[in-house]
Amino acid sequence: MDDRAFAAPEPAAGTAPALPMAVLAELTHRCPLQCPYCSNPVELEAASRELSTEDWQRVIGELAALGVLQIHFSGGEPLVRRDLVTLVAHADRAGLYTNLITSAVMFTRAKVAELAEAGLAHVQVSLQGASAPLAERIGGFRGGHAKKIEAAGWVREEGMALTLNAVMHRQNLDELPRIIDMAVEMGAQRLEVAHVQYYGWALKNRAALMPTLAQLDEATRIVEEGQARLAGVLAIDYVIPDYYAVRPKTCMGGWGRQFFNISPSGKVLPCHAAETITGLRFDSVREAPLAEIWQRSEALNLYRGTGWMQEPCRSCIHAEEDFGGCRCQAFALAGDAAATDPACAKSPLHARLFSLAGAEAEAGSDRFLYRNFSGGTPEG
Amino acid sequence: MSRLELSSGSVPQLARHARLRFDQSRQQWVLLVPERVMTPDEICVEILQACDGQATVAGLTALLERKYVAEPGVIAREVLALLQDLADRGYLIDREAA
Repeated sequence: MDDRAFAAPEPAAGTAPALPMAVLAELTHRCPLQCPYCSNPVELEAASRELSTEDWQRVIGELAALGVLQIHFSGGEPLVRRDLVTLVAHADRAGLYTNLITSAVMFTRAKVAELAEAGLAHVQVSLQGASAPLAERIGGFRGGHAKKIEAAGWVREEGMALTLNAVMHRQNLDELPRIIDMAVEMGAQRLEVAHVQYYGWALKNRAALMPTLAQLDEATRIVEEGQARLAGVLAIDYVIPDYYAVRPKTCMGGWGRQFFNISPSGKVLPCHAAETITGLRFDSVREAPLAEIWQRSEALNLYRGTGWMQEPCRSCIHAEEDFGGCRCQAFALAGDAAATDPACAKSPLHARLFSLAGAEAEAGSDRFLYRNFSGGTPEG
Repeated sequence: MSRLELSSGSVPQLARHARLRFDQSRQQWVLLVPERVMTPDEICVEILQACDGQATVAGLTALLERKYVAEPGVIAREVLALLQDLADRGYLIDREAA
């Protein structure tokens, strides 16, 4: 999800954490697609461990009481859950702004109408590419592309806001101009052009996904041209690949600061990738009230604020802006979650990361490892 | 799709996916929209509450002109600029055009 900073009152130092603004509710890890950059953990949670409808209803009530304003229903594919309409209606009645993050391939016309009736405000449909052969090769799901286009039309017919999420990488960047045109044709208000972030599945597929620097520059030019040309028609949000960045992203607006994630089995995570940091213990909504977890969770408190920082973060003038970047990336690449994110030019690993990205983009194989419950399947 | 351009005769209304709500936890008004929480100031809240699907931009301006003192034309300009900004973000519809 995006890391945009929201205007929210800040707590004084040493007091309770600020009220969370939004939560990502991962209802399930089940999904008909097998995208090689899936943001779910490599160790997917089985259906038998998922929270029940009653669990989620209780949690949604706790979220509203805690001050959460927006809930993003995500997955896996949230439409796999038969209780999705019930949960959306429950969240809407609790006063939460509801968003559905979906591949759209499981939509029916009736389901779209039921979700609109339940109060769903916003739908985000993923796009794997602009042409069916490429998009369906990336998603590993035949027939999906036409279905997405049809379902997006149903979302607009019901008057819900439509965002298209296009995850971009070396193998689909050539289709970016066409993706922008498609977003306009499909009546989307927003398009997220997000370069892959390399955690979990995407890290395993990094050599097949990493764009070249020339591709990145061209993509940035195309996005900026589109933003200017389509002002007032289509908002284009852009996430650049941080291996090529100079400053790290303000990941999640800061660890445990404005957002959190609830996994299918009920674990409360600072972000969807946090389980890649081994050795952390995450509390579950099955065991404790959410308000207590938000305040006292050891994992959430570990990297909150700036007190945990080492140099060069500790004395950096940007410490309170980007909070040292992403903890998961620091762990994955520097072997220490409290290190400076190597995406930052001040990290001693930055130069190596930059050249590694270039080398993988030039020489990496295009063959994917598809995401599934059995640890991944190499492309045939 | 083309850009929605508001004028004094437009009848602006919040889109279904833009929800103005008083946030009890933070004791402030919020405009909830896709991927964002906006915190409108007092006058913006007043304008949005008056966007009832019947009032025109000219009517909204007149309403504010009765309450606030400004140089001629200033309130009209500011009301239109605020609403056009929200329309450009896709948060408003025009009932007159619909």
